[in-house]
Amino acid sequence: MSKEELEKKAMISLLTIANAWYDQMKSGEIPSISLPTRTKYNLEFDDASEVWKYGDKESLRNAASAKSATHLLKMAYVIGFIKQQLKENRSSTLREMYYISEGWKRAKFSAQDESNFLIEDLEILSEVPREGFHLHPEENGASIYGPMRIREETRRGMKMIHCQDDVGQAGYTIPNNVENIEFVDHDAKFVIAIETGGMYDRLIENGFDEEHNAILVHLKGQPARSTRRMLNRMSTTWNLPILVFTDGDPWSYRIYGSVAYGAIKSAHMSEMLATPRAQFMGLQPSDIRDYNLPSDKLTEKDIEALKSELTDPRFATDYWKKQISLQLEMGLKSEQQAFAARGLDFVTKKYLPARLADMGII
Amino acid sequence: MVLADELAKQQRSISVAEFFEKNKHLLGFDSPTRGVITTVKEAVDNSLDACEEAQVLPDIFISIRKVSNEVFRIIVEDNGPGIVPAQVPFVYGKLLYGSRFHQIRQTRGQQGIGISAAVLYAQLTSGVPTIVISRTGNKESAHKFEIQIKIETNEPDIISEGPFEWDRIHGTRVQIEFKSTMSAKKKLIEYLRYTSVVNPHARFRVELDDESFTFERVSQEVIACPVAIQPHPHGIEFGQLKRMAAVSELKLPDFLVESFSRVGKKSAQEICVRSGLKESLKVKGLSTEDLKKLLAAMQEVAVPAPPATQCLSPIGEELIRRGLEKEFQMDFVAARTRPSAVFSGHSFMVEAAIGYGGRLPAEGNAILLRFANRVPLMYQQGACAITGCVTGINWKLYNIPSQGGFPTGPVLILVHVASTNVPFTSESKDAIAGIPEIEKEITLALQDLGRELKNFVSRRDKGKLAEDRARAVCAIIPEIAEKVSSIVEKPLVDTTPIEGKLMRKMIAKKATRDGKVMIELNNYTAHDADVSVYEISSDNAADAVPKADFTSEMDGQFTKVWKAAIPARAVWRVTFTGKGGGILDIRGIEDAKKMVVDLDV
Repeated sequence: MSKEELEKKAMISLLTIANAWYDQMKSGEIPSISLPTRTKYNLEFDDASEVWKYGDKESLRNAASAKSATHLLKMAYVIGFIKQQLKENRSSTLREMYYISEGWKRAKFSAQDESNFLIEDLEILSEVPREGFHLHPEENGASIYGPMRIREETRRGMKMIHCQDDVGQAGYTIPNNVENIEFVDHDAKFVIAIETGGMYDRLIENGFDEEHNAILVHLKGQPARSTRRMLNRMSTTWNLPILVFTDGDPWSYRIYGSVAYGAIKSAHMSEMLATPRAQFMGLQPSDIRDYNLPSDKLTEKDIEALKSELTDPRFATDYWKKQISLQLEMGLKSEQQAFAARGLDFVTKKYLPARLADMGII
Repeated sequence: MVLADELAKQQRSISVAEFFEKNKHLLGFDSPTRGVITTVKEAVDNSLDACEEAQVLPDIFISIRKVSNEVFRIIVEDNGPGIVPAQVPFVYGKLLYGSRFHQIRQTRGQQGIGISAAVLYAQLTSGVPTIVISRTGNKESAHKFEIQIKIETNEPDIISEGPFEWDRIHGTRVQIEFKSTMSAKKKLIEYLRYTSVVNPHARFRVELDDESFTFERVSQEVIACPVAIQPHPHGIEFGQLKRMAAVSELKLPDFLVESFSRVGKKSAQEICVRSGLKESLKVKGLSTEDLKKLLAAMQEVAVPAPPATQCLSPIGEELIRRGLEKEFQMDFVAARTRPSAVFSGHSFMVEAAIGYGGRLPAEGNAILLRFANRVPLMYQQGACAITGCVTGINWKLYNIPSQGGFPTGPVLILVHVASTNVPFTSESKDAIAGIPEIEKEITLALQDLGRELKNFVSRRDKGKLAEDRARAVCAIIPEIAEKVSSIVEKPLVDTTPIEGKLMRKMIAKKATRDGKVMIELNNYTAHDADVSVYEISSDNAADAVPKADFTSEMDGQFTKVWKAAIPARAVWRVTFTGKGGGILDIRGIEDAKKMVVDLDV
């Protein structure tokens, strides 16, 4: 969808919401709106697109209590704000909008999480991603290093960038809007998405990208939408295997989950953001056992998170059930940098090649 | 042999006073800070017990003042029956001397250690003798003593003694000086406040260095003094049985009937049969073996519970409520007095109360007030059976949040255990031991009260829900209407039909904009209504349209009253210049049919 079409669709759908409320009030009814329930219990697998999306469960928000009436009031203010922004062709960051709400009296947001959540609600209702509202997040700065060439439409004109030759040793920084990137060519066999900066740097320093023709992507913890969209496009455009390499704890499995299946929060955009073919490389609970890695005891919160993953539809596969049960049994977790205990080359010379062979990639 | 001889030279008896000098913590004198509270507590306990026995309403004066750098002077004075001069030195100057130790009834003090321990503590830390003044009636003159304890022999040491001019007709005053600090002042005041809660018939006047206050009585009724009863066959131990048998001239069945409570002819015969002892035997001649058999038989035979009504003195639900209400401002308070019960032959009774809301701290752990025989337990909360019972209850069932089992939020819990023999965990009497029978009663009382509190909270929440809805409909929906109308670029949509449809009430709204106050009454009911509109604020409403029917001023606050006849589904409005704020109320219509909404909040 072109930029203009997206904006037009945004304007029409937002005005539809406002008009519906107007008509409700005009006929003497309390204004209300229904939204899909945004919890893991309302996630359903979509066979066609192979991603997890929100199911049929909906919750009705009506202005019958002070709390939900205030929520609707805030939504009305945000719709008014977006309408103005689209009309004047301006844009703002999510944080800026949060600060602008300071002047909205009763409709002011108490925290940025609240305003972010409301924007996601509007994305769901309008089926328009927030870029269509001229709202974007802060620069996340996740980066890419590897044998690939892209063309980016920047504010300073079109630029051709090779992600090994034209970038510093930290790599190419993924911009907010990945839609402005054209994928030119590559010489890679696979992509490794890495959770921590330490491991990303280790692989670059050891020349893993050159030796194995690998594209390295730094996820920077829980990946931003732009990073996930980038992986999604590399997978669909170039048909490259996407391998996710994280710490061996429940929170890191969720990072893999959001890359592969989409996040609960953004399940309405799973088709654009999720990479169903992404594979989990490690660090697996069985690696902790097999390589006898230095480890920490699971905390109560970790155990709780693991148990909750056992009931998460996104992790309902035999592989995950086995690994999570094993981890609960051992009561241990390890960081990816724990491989350093075996020497700095161990991860690039031994672990990754073995694992890649195991997965049938090389 | 030589060594044993050496050792024998060092072996000698230890006086009680010497023992306690080395084991102060057993009596609650482990630190100087705690010493103040223990002393006040012991003296106040004695005063309350004495007043109860004399059937007078206690008036107790407590003063704690700094004399020198580290020394504090504690004075406790009461209007009790006084102590006869011959007894004074023993009461204050001899440990383990008391009138209540051998009696089976509910009293505060028991062993006769408390106050004399304070005298001993004063003597050890400041060296100043304790001064006691006591008078037994208007015909007698008062006597003044200076007393210490002879540590080696545990006998009173009278420094001086003589008649004294005293304005009180009867009563006792004790003045003790010892090294201490007032760092536990908060705890001391807490102790006095809690004491006043469970002794609502007493008045406490307190004077400290920097402040003075009074805990007033709320009941003018003298509480009935518990009457001593005979021991129950289930609650007796071998030593006591042996002593009783040694001084009795009676034959076995008569001895059992005469000396124990609730033992009749039939039970006595049954005990004799069980023990295998002949009924014709005189108890005086029984051997140790026979007495053991007898004791075992007494435990086995079913005997009714001891008569609790005479020997126990519960506070009562009404007085607990009043006692709590006077010291804590709460929205809800309920109290329960459980029927009396028995453990190992000792009667006991559990009383409990739960308070909620009001000025109680909204966050953090609930306040727990523990009492044994009307005495607050201030220390070792964690070791006490009461605390165990409180944390053992599933408070979530009663919609009360809890942390680690302990309820949190604006909750106050009071538990009072009254017994002829309160099972404390130690001599300092800080915590009640975990006796299953007592724990069961406490739990039942708290569960019962929990249910009552749950009802109260859910009733209150219902009211809140209605108010919340009114706020949404009357204040927020109009704002939504304003915003949405401007977004869709259509005329402002009128939301009053929504109000009327939902509320079916008389709705009064007040809004202040641009220096104008507007009050609007919408009669959404099906009936015409004659109401009075009251508004109290700093606005004088001189330019009000329509004019107020009545205006009065007090301290810059103007009360305005309008009389308004509003037909069904009609609107009445008044506007005037002003800053808004203040209070709005409608009268002349039942509460369920009206709703006041301040749009400025």
